[in-house]
Amino acid sequence: MSFAAHLINGISLGSVYALIALGYTMVYGIAKMLNFAHGDVIMVGGYAVFVGVSNLGMNPLAAIVVSMAVCTVLGVTIERVAYRPLRGASPLAVLITAIGVSYLLQNIALLVFGSDTKAFTNVVTLPNLELFDGQLVIKSVTVVTVIVSIIIMAGLTLFVKKTKIGRAMTAVSEDKGAAQLMGINVNGTIAVTFAIGSSLAAVAGVLLCSAYPALTPYTGSMPGIKAFVAAVFGGIGSIPGAFIGGILLGVIENLSKAYISSQLSDAIVFSILIIVLLVKPTGLLGRQIQEKV
Amino acid sequence: MKTKAAGISKTTKNDLITYGMVILTYIIVQILVSTGHVSSLIQGLLVPFCTYAIVAVALNLTVGILGELSLGHAGFMCVGAFTSAVFSLAFKQTMPSGPRFFLALLIGAASAALVGFLVGIPVLRLKGDYLAIVTLAFGEIIKNIINALYLGVDSDGIHFTMKDALSLNMKEDGLVLIKGAQGVTGTPNDSSFTVGIVLLLVTLFIVLNFIHSRTGRAVMAIRDNRIAAESIGINVTKYKLIAFTLSASLAGVAGVLYAHNLSTLNALPKNFGYNMSILILVFVVLGGIGNIRGSIIAAVLLTLLPEILRGLSDYRMLIYSVVLIAMMIFNWSPNAIFFRKRLRQRLTAGRKSEKEEA
Amino acid sequence: MALLETKNLGISFGGLRAVNGFDISVEKGQLYGLIGPNGAGKTTIFNLLTGVYRPDEGAILLDGENLTGKKTIDICKAGIARTFQNIRLFGDLSVLDNVKAGLHDHYPYSTFAGIFRLPRYFKAEREMNGKAMELLKVFGLEDYAEYKAENLSYGQQRKLEIARAMATEPKLLLLDEPAAGMNPNETKELMDTIRFVRDHFDMTILLIEHDMKLVSGICEKLTVLNFGEVLAQGDTQEVLNDPEVITAYLGE
Repeated sequence: MSFAAHLINGISLGSVYALIALGYTMVYGIAKMLNFAHGDVIMVGGYAVFVGVSNLGMNPLAAIVVSMAVCTVLGVTIERVAYRPLRGASPLAVLITAIGVSYLLQNIALLVFGSDTKAFTNVVTLPNLELFDGQLVIKSVTVVTVIVSIIIMAGLTLFVKKTKIGRAMTAVSEDKGAAQLMGINVNGTIAVTFAIGSSLAAVAGVLLCSAYPALTPYTGSMPGIKAFVAAVFGGIGSIPGAFIGGILLGVIENLSKAYISSQLSDAIVFSILIIVLLVKPTGLLGRQIQEKV
Repeated sequence: MKTKAAGISKTTKNDLITYGMVILTYIIVQILVSTGHVSSLIQGLLVPFCTYAIVAVALNLTVGILGELSLGHAGFMCVGAFTSAVFSLAFKQTMPSGPRFFLALLIGAASAALVGFLVGIPVLRLKGDYLAIVTLAFGEIIKNIINALYLGVDSDGIHFTMKDALSLNMKEDGLVLIKGAQGVTGTPNDSSFTVGIVLLLVTLFIVLNFIHSRTGRAVMAIRDNRIAAESIGINVTKYKLIAFTLSASLAGVAGVLYAHNLSTLNALPKNFGYNMSILILVFVVLGGIGNIRGSIIAAVLLTLLPEILRGLSDYRMLIYSVVLIAMMIFNWSPNAIFFRKRLRQRLTAGRKSEKEEA
Repeated sequence: MALLETKNLGISFGGLRAVNGFDISVEKGQLYGLIGPNGAGKTTIFNLLTGVYRPDEGAILLDGENLTGKKTIDICKAGIARTFQNIRLFGDLSVLDNVKAGLHDHYPYSTFAGIFRLPRYFKAEREMNGKAMELLKVFGLEDYAEYKAENLSYGQQRKLEIARAMATEPKLLLLDEPAAGMNPNETKELMDTIRFVRDHFDMTILLIEHDMKLVSGICEKLTVLNFGEVLAQGDTQEVLNDPEVITAYLGE
């Protein structure tokens, strides 16, 4: 039974990674940049719910909605102020800027909320699921996390395939210049992408903090990096890829924590990134792009 | 032919200013120390200044000259620190400190070079963002492994395990060198400001001469245009690997200096994690990407400022991040570049028309 | 024997046959033009010749040596140098260093010798400087040696690219639209430079060009490419008067 428990915990963690990875992969696919600050938007989302529920006594669901709004505004602002001026600049410059934004968010949180760990109240108040006469307990937050991430993944896939904005995103990801010529508002489309990615980050933040109820200014950075690993694993730019990559990564991390070494579990996760990039740089579901000479 | 001679002396002059700056700073600091004008707080920072300056120069070789972003240099520093500390601890009683430190230095640099080389083989095939994230991954892996490693030596030889100190199965005469997360304790304190300055000068000598050599030119050609570099017969993988390995090995030198300045060495997120890698990157960016002298100045200033302005220490990283973003946008935004180009053209055009009128 | 010879060269991208059954034979010292409408596969042929792409079929022979499937750097060592349609200079390096990078293989010394400034370093660098300045003079760029390459004018950048290619001491020089974006005066000057390079260095040159004045002015032989296949081949004037070629260019 312990294997099943570890597996389920892994899927739960993996669903959170999947949600974060969805944001990463959309932004990477469309704006062609690694938004290093994405993980820190999760942290902001977590704090927003924390303040709403613990300080303002809001209904958890209302707090989540507010948190999504906060993160959406934050994401769009970051894109507008820091990233848009650098569109067309070298990827190195954009990445360094994104690292700067990541640090900025962490340090603002540090000043506002302090470095002490905040005990996050689980917003999922449903009863736990008990199987096999209580031998295997699945926490309700786990169930909710998995369901939410599946719904979001499916919703996003439909959104990209069926809506006008979604198709505009695909067009921009293929060729910004051509998309512009076809009358697509490239800047607007990228802003929408950031908005969606950031609101997903808020959801991920809430679920992450509900499952692991310790909130600090650095809460988002490691899961953020791991979610990027998940996005690469699944094939960057691919929505189902991000989902699969996230789940697999969560499972691998939890199983290696349980059966190999808790100290080395991060090392194992990162080794996967390296192996994937060496063996199949495009990830499980990604596409190859060749440079034009 | 005149322009050529002037050009060569221009770069040489630039390099000499850099060496001169370091030597002059050293002399001034030594005079101030001997006349008692330096607080113990600042005295404690003298070796860290050199450490961070060296690792910043090393990273600038990767970022500015090779044109790739490494977020794993704290990992290479970590390798240099631990291998050299283990060596020095093992021979603490049996060797005089001078030769022991020299050997420790070589071992630290060589181990970091070896790890850099091994990491570089797969990593340098990747591009841009992937490369950055994979170097970050390697840095974290190195830190994690060292945190889980136990290493000891006794009359039977070397023992190591990833479990715990007891699993080393050592004899009574044995000495535990690395105690997992507790790290290395009792490293001889062989670092000093003088040693640090000498190592910084050596690092500068290597990096500056490298840049102005045939190899450095090939590396920068690859940075500026990989496809064109290949078309003129430059072996891209080879030269990238040389630059990266050299950069890693110099980061290892910084690690040696760091390790021998502390009696206890731990691989913590704050000294060898990716946060440290990013802090080094901040030094490089604020000092100017590709500007070696700038890296040194930035490393020293940014280490010094928060210590002097204790009241501001809460805001330190906040300020760094804002300055970092602002500098990147100002220096790299296509609009800003276009604006500067226009400005320059207008100035030169103005000068030309003045000439024509005259 | 011809210096450059290709036999039945072909490559596909996905379902598209970009180049098919391409045969060419360039004699030593010839100025040879490769023309054709946009998208005919001209640059693809350059990319095949320089190992950027691997041909699906066919063979490339340079001076009798089989270069088919070799890597770009080996092809450069074998003696083919090129310029690019969209200029590819080392923008942050000086004009002089751009040419010295081209000399890379001819004045070798180790990284160690470079760092520790052994006598070999000084000797090689001195010789490289001399050689590079000589080349810059040929292209009228000697006064710009210390400029950053990206700060040169467009026409100068094109010339610098040729100078850099010449520094590798090739047997065959490939020029991809050298006159693109130049005004008539610059083009005329460029024609003189190309002729001078051919005569002075006894160079064999294969060039892609749209400017018919330049092509008819300096090329001795032409190959016309259309939809990846050879449409006509032969002496310049004959080819340019070929009704099929005129149709391909002007359309019906």
